[in-house]
Amino acid sequence: MNAPAVRVHDLRVALGGNPILAGVDLTVSAGEWVTVIGPNGAGKSTLLRAVGGLLTGPGEVALFGTPIGALRRRERARVVATVAQSPVVPAGMSVFDYTLLGRTPYIPALGRESAADLAAVHEVLDRLDLGPFAHRELATLSGGERQRVFLARALAQGATLLLLDEPTSALDIGHQQEVLELVDQLRREHGLTVLATMHDLSIAGEYADRLVLLADGRVAAAGPPDEVLTEALLARHYRAHIRVIPGDHGPLVVPVRPT
Amino acid sequence: MFVALVAGVSLGPVSLPPGSVAAELLNLLPGVRLDSGLTEREIAIITELRLPRVVLGLLVGALLALAGGCYQGVFRNPLADPYLLGVAAGAGFAVTTAIVLGAGAGGALTGLPITIPLAAFVGSLGAVVLTYLLGAAGGRDRSPATLILAGVAVSAFFGAGQTYLLQQHSDNIQQVYSWLLGRLATAGWHDVWLVLPYFVLTAVVVLLHRRELDVLSVGDDEATGLGLHPQRSRYLLIAAASLGTAAAVSASGLIGFVGIIVPHTMRLLFGSSHRIILPLSMLFGGAFLALTDVVARTAAAPAEIPIGVVTALLGGPFFVLVLRTARRVAM
Repeated sequence: MNAPAVRVHDLRVALGGNPILAGVDLTVSAGEWVTVIGPNGAGKSTLLRAVGGLLTGPGEVALFGTPIGALRRRERARVVATVAQSPVVPAGMSVFDYTLLGRTPYIPALGRESAADLAAVHEVLDRLDLGPFAHRELATLSGGERQRVFLARALAQGATLLLLDEPTSALDIGHQQEVLELVDQLRREHGLTVLATMHDLSIAGEYADRLVLLADGRVAAAGPPDEVLTEALLARHYRAHIRVIPGDHGPLVVPVRPT
Repeated sequence: MFVALVAGVSLGPVSLPPGSVAAELLNLLPGVRLDSGLTEREIAIITELRLPRVVLGLLVGALLALAGGCYQGVFRNPLADPYLLGVAAGAGFAVTTAIVLGAGAGGALTGLPITIPLAAFVGSLGAVVLTYLLGAAGGRDRSPATLILAGVAVSAFFGAGQTYLLQQHSDNIQQVYSWLLGRLATAGWHDVWLVLPYFVLTAVVVLLHRRELDVLSVGDDEATGLGLHPQRSRYLLIAAASLGTAAAVSASGLIGFVGIIVPHTMRLLFGSSHRIILPLSMLFGGAFLALTDVVARTAAAPAEIPIGVVTALLGGPFFVLVLRTARRVAM
């Protein structure tokens, strides 16, 4: 139980001959919310994919103390659930059927879903206020509603580690807050661990316990939001003109037009 | 399906009353004894001529619809069907070759009943393997689109080869054409027994794995995240569907439209989950082809229209109708 939810040590990943991650270390304690920030192409999504087991590379990735390579696929799927940046929305599939896909790691290879699986899906849909949508077609839902359904599928997986790749990039600011408040509430109630990537730095800082700034495939800074969201660090790695203002829940990063 | 069965057996050059036919069909079940009032000759027509043909129609229709629905799921492409991967073209080419070579050898080769099924198997499985290899050569990330492109190329290649062969041996064109356009005409129990084992194998494998098709529909990355081996599932399902296609093609030639129309009709009517769509596609595919065969036999009696022509003629407008009604309901 004392093993961290995620332990990444000296992870190196190259895609098509280009090094994307060049020796990354990362630890996420159980129950913690860590958000990875960094400029485009820094390797945020790649890091998340490696933790989710979709990529392998030299270096160590362990989930709750078990090296990820030692987990069978179905075991891994019960430990870690991913919400992709822009998940595929299968044509014609209902919200219920889509959420039921989350039960895949529990359904025997040649078998069918059990009553417990169906009950789990109903429970998750109710929890996320998606009950009335259960038989709607996923494709007909709005962006905010869809994002809740994607979360519902991940929760139906029953995994305690949630990987969120840009969970709010397609949402307006109100729905961003709604979704992130929901994630935080679920995290507290179910003891989930959250590892996310985000572009909006203020929001990233408000919701995460710790931030990890990734730049050029390396960890440039890591720590509580007020240590990472500094004008000096952000100006250097994002090449951006910004001002950092103290806020109620963490520093607020404001873009300022260069003079 | 029982309606299709009775209609298929009743209608033909010698018309039989549907009620009697239904009774006689029930008589085939163990423990049932009904008086149908038919003569022995009429009973023979039922059990030896019409029944095997209708049963073959059911099997072939079910296989084509199942294979089509399976391909559409595996490739996440609504246009995928047994023809897309070059499966049918490969079988067509191989059978043409067999007929042409057989004629050169004095007809001894084509006289053997096993030659054409064998050629179809070799051709379709060869075409699938070729499609894989071509698709794999397209790069390390073998996306579904690459495989489909490879299938189209393989189809064109075999189609060209077939055209060339036909041009060179125009005296055999009639025989090849009647096969190419599809026929259930010469079907006896022999053909049914030939198809049955492949039917069972394909149906069992695909139906047992049909949940995985739903998982594959969210893409390989997410399917992996859900604990699946996407590539492994895909190959297994493709292999099973191709085997089923080969069996169907070898028994009845090239019958188009069933593999694409039936699954789509089911999808429009009953949603997108493969758990439901695939078994229903099998049932309706079988019934659809058996009924189509009735039309093929009776519309221009005593001559027969190739069944492939009828499936396209009936299927096209029918599909448009379903598409329109489903749209209206959705709105």
